Amino acid sequence: MSWLLVAPLMLPFATAIAAYLAKGRAAGRWISIAGSALLLVAATLLLVEVNAQGVVAGQMGGWGAPFGITLVADRLSAVMVLITAIIALAVSVYALADIDTRLEQLGYHAIFNVLIAGVIGAFVTGDLFNLYVWFEVMLIASFGLLVLGGSPEQIDGGVKYVALNLIATVLFLAGVGLLYGATGTLNMADLSRAVEGVDPGLLSVIAMMFLLAFGMKAAVFPLFFWLPAAYHTPAFSVSAVFAGLLTKVGVYALIRCFTLIFDHDIGYTHQILLWVAGLTMITGVLGAAAQSDIRKILSFHIVSQIGYMVMGLALMTPLALVGTVFYLVHHIVVKANLFLIAGAVQRLAGSTELSRIGGLYKSAPLLALLFIIPAFSLAGFPPLSGFWAKFLLVKAAIGVEGWVIAGVALVVGLLTIYSMTKIWAAAFWSPHPEGRDTSLSQLSASDRRGLLLPIAGLAVITMVIGMAPDPFARFAEAAAADLLDPAAYVSAVLGEEQ
Amino acid sequence: MEPFFAIAVGGLAAAAVYLMLSGELLRYIFGLVLLSNAANLAIFVSGRLTPGAPPLIPEGAYAPAGTVANALPQALVLTAIVIGFGLFAFALVLTFRAWTTLGTLEGDDMRVAEPKVTK
Repeated sequence: MSWLLVAPLMLPFATAIAAYLAKGRAAGRWISIAGSALLLVAATLLLVEVNAQGVVAGQMGGWGAPFGITLVADRLSAVMVLITAIIALAVSVYALADIDTRLEQLGYHAIFNVLIAGVIGAFVTGDLFNLYVWFEVMLIASFGLLVLGGSPEQIDGGVKYVALNLIATVLFLAGVGLLYGATGTLNMADLSRAVEGVDPGLLSVIAMMFLLAFGMKAAVFPLFFWLPAAYHTPAFSVSAVFAGLLTKVGVYALIRCFTLIFDHDIGYTHQILLWVAGLTMITGVLGAAAQSDIRKILSFHIVSQIGYMVMGLALMTPLALVGTVFYLVHHIVVKANLFLIAGAVQRLAGSTELSRIGGLYKSAPLLALLFIIPAFSLAGFPPLSGFWAKFLLVKAAIGVEGWVIAGVALVVGLLTIYSMTKIWAAAFWSPHPEGRDTSLSQLSASDRRGLLLPIAGLAVITMVIGMAPDPFARFAEAAAADLLDPAAYVSAVLGEEQ
Repeated sequence: MEPFFAIAVGGLAAAAVYLMLSGELLRYIFGLVLLSNAANLAIFVSGRLTPGAPPLIPEGAYAPAGTVANALPQALVLTAIVIGFGLFAFALVLTFRAWTTLGTLEGDDMRVAEPKVTK
């Protein structure tokens, strides 16, 4: 069923071309929305198929694995594709109100859809060099989106983002080359067998190159500095899709490589991952505490939350991986939503700088309610989705007597509450310093729809995951089982009967 | 042959790091180009170096006779060079925009997006 794998890739590309042809006209927006809606359908079909049939693999161009390029989706890939489609749809609806005609004229919708294609490509590829290519597609599209408009802040943030991400790219490429030199294959499923013949010391060195490369993409300590330098500068739609998806592609690549290929010396590699995870959580949350702009606070929280996901990978127990998968899904929805809300705050109160805004609880109570849901979910309040994600991870840590990392996870959760209450107190509770009280009803009807529909939709998803975590946890459990025992993945890719 | 290439890769990487640590954006970009060339050379070597032995398969056979270089890393390097060229072009244009918009290429002076906190 390879069309199920190809459709989620081709749809965004086709949408990008159509949107480019219609750029500068209102049709461009609607093409983008329609394309994202179709993508959501395709992604849902893929998830249903994978959930029912197990791993789905397709050999592109009829070249059998391990020689050709393989597209493959297991449960983790499929759910990541689905969540990407959800975010793409939410952000393209949000763009109706957020992206002005000047940015549309510059081709915003086309670049946005190329970015989505790159993200999905990274999730469904089964070939390491192909993964590098998808990273590049994603990277060049994100460069374009980041500096689109060309304000001094954007150029400044863009320089740091480009400079540091290019190093990660080169490291990744060098790692791919060395791994090929050592094993003679680039197919990830084939690699998982081929690495058994490689000297473990050499393999650990290559693993560290991948850790550096993906770690920089995922924004872990001490490689995250490009993120808070850039994420608060572009349009809100752009920073929401970046915040939701880009670093998570890095986390996904880490999970994929460190469960499938580099599991030869878990005591060494995953111990390093555990240190990285703990330090990432702490530095991220402390960085956030020092900031006073909503988007800067949220940017540092991305860093600290990445730590939780890496923590689950580092512990490498079934329960910990369940936690990581659950956390990924929950986090993407919540984080993108918080950036979208920051955009609505900017629209109503005129800024995202906490000292210059206020009074939103009085002037826009609906927005206040919609903020509480993802904010408390991020902090880990029951019964929202973040609570279950953190609960699973902490329980996994206690299960292997990792008291320190469990303690760190809990304390970082508390400090997250501090940041969220800081935003709440300044933006919603205290009066506006200039006495401005724009209410939602003063926005035009179409702007109101564009801003609030995606925020409400994502908030509903957060609520549903939180109120009925059982099916999600069961799915995450199956996904984690796939990751820990890649036999089904390997045989599906290499076309062997089980 | 391999030791010579290994030293060349090391030399390129060292020069790249030196340039990238200079704190000036244009030098940083040049350092990045050197670094990506070091990576490309490393991949090139990973496919075996066999001077005077083209990877040709004799008629009727399925594999080349004798030891020849693996052609796949060379294809990878070509792809990487093309991608790297595109990224380099973007980085150069961005550098130029940074120069015209921000008026400086010194990393320490680029504080528009992250202004110093004054107390």
